[in-house]
Amino acid sequence: MITAERKPFDEILELVDGRKKVLVAGCDTCVAICLTGGEKEAEILASELRMKAQADGREVEVEHTAAIRQCEWEYLDMIAAKVEEADVVLSMACGIGIQSMAEKFEPKLVVPAVNTNMLGMPQEHAVWLERCGACGDCVIGETAGICPVVRCSKSLMNGPCGGSHDGKCEVTTPEKEDIDCAWHLIWERLKAQGREELMYVNRPPKNWSKSSSGGPRKMVREEAKPV
Amino acid sequence: MAEEPQVVEAVEEAPKKPVDPDFEPEIIVFACHYCAYAAADLAGSMRLQYPSTIRMVKLPCTGKLEVIHLLRALEAGADGVYAAGCLEGECHYLKGNLWARKRVDYVKKLLAEVGLEPERVEMYNMSSAMGAEFARVATEFTERVKGLGPNPLRRHGVSPHAAAREAAKDVAMPEEAPAGAASPAPDAASPSAATSQKGPAE
Repeated sequence: MITAERKPFDEILELVDGRKKVLVAGCDTCVAICLTGGEKEAEILASELRMKAQADGREVEVEHTAAIRQCEWEYLDMIAAKVEEADVVLSMACGIGIQSMAEKFEPKLVVPAVNTNMLGMPQEHAVWLERCGACGDCVIGETAGICPVVRCSKSLMNGPCGGSHDGKCEVTTPEKEDIDCAWHLIWERLKAQGREELMYVNRPPKNWSKSSSGGPRKMVREEAKPV
Repeated sequence: MAEEPQVVEAVEEAPKKPVDPDFEPEIIVFACHYCAYAAADLAGSMRLQYPSTIRMVKLPCTGKLEVIHLLRALEAGADGVYAAGCLEGECHYLKGNLWARKRVDYVKKLLAEVGLEPERVEMYNMSSAMGAEFARVATEFTERVKGLGPNPLRRHGVSPHAAAREAAKDVAMPEEAPAGAASPAPDAASPSAATSQKGPAE
């Protein structure tokens, strides 16, 4: 699913600075599951903003709401009335939801309260790991179900590199300690599957034009379009 | 050899905020039904003295306490808020009190963000047999909050206790009337409100 992290409070304050009516809009799908921007978190942020305004002696009205999905027009209709009343909408949805809001309610000012960071998998409660880069040309059929695009720090298509030690990646920062080497994992699983020969396949350079490098992507399913 | 760093000047201690002798804090306590709430009752039965500053919200377990409950109470002007749950390892629901501690810690961070003192929230643990501990905690926290001074968000006519109850209405338990009362007093300080009067202990 899409994961996001709340922006630092000071940055949020700057984004809504000078506005009298703030609507904090949560999204009850992906960002709610990753405990960042659902209705609960929207209510918490709204409460924080009210407290800050009151402590600073500023008169600001802050309300909160949540759409079931901010990335779909139909669900935005359900919160339209509240959006119309606000001077600024502080969206806690992923980047898709925030842009849907900005487009749907143009020229309403819609600003992000979160940083959308990855397509991740909950490894355990409250821990998410990046699993997909939406590169548009999936290779994990050849790599034992392990994505070298986002799980290899260098996105190597023919790994591992010389920085793999004892199954760990050489990239280590305080925030990213103990990264598994994706190509080590691929090798171990290919062995378990009896498909080691795939490790010796030389993969040509990846066609990145199918990822965001090829410009904004568009998907149309003609057979499913309404008649 | 590198020179040892020298202390060039001692930093003067910040002046202590003067404590207003007339300041009577309003403190919200989210109390677990199995321990702190019963401990409050016991403190009453034991005729222990504790400050009349505290207002209880009874929960089936502090694990039901949400971040927003604490925030709503503070936003409504509560001078301090604390959760009182079972001793660690003795939660009736195994880990509710440990969850509560994490949420309280998170609220401390949020308060720092908005410029309020994180010390206005706290988590305490006690068993139902610890009436004296209940009184001690109530006294200690009241003293702490007196030192911090009034919550700058206090507004006339807004009841932090009512706000806390409203915020937690889906999870809070009904409170029993104090012994001898015909109906529950809406703002009763504790199950043994009669014992929470100020004055020297007998």
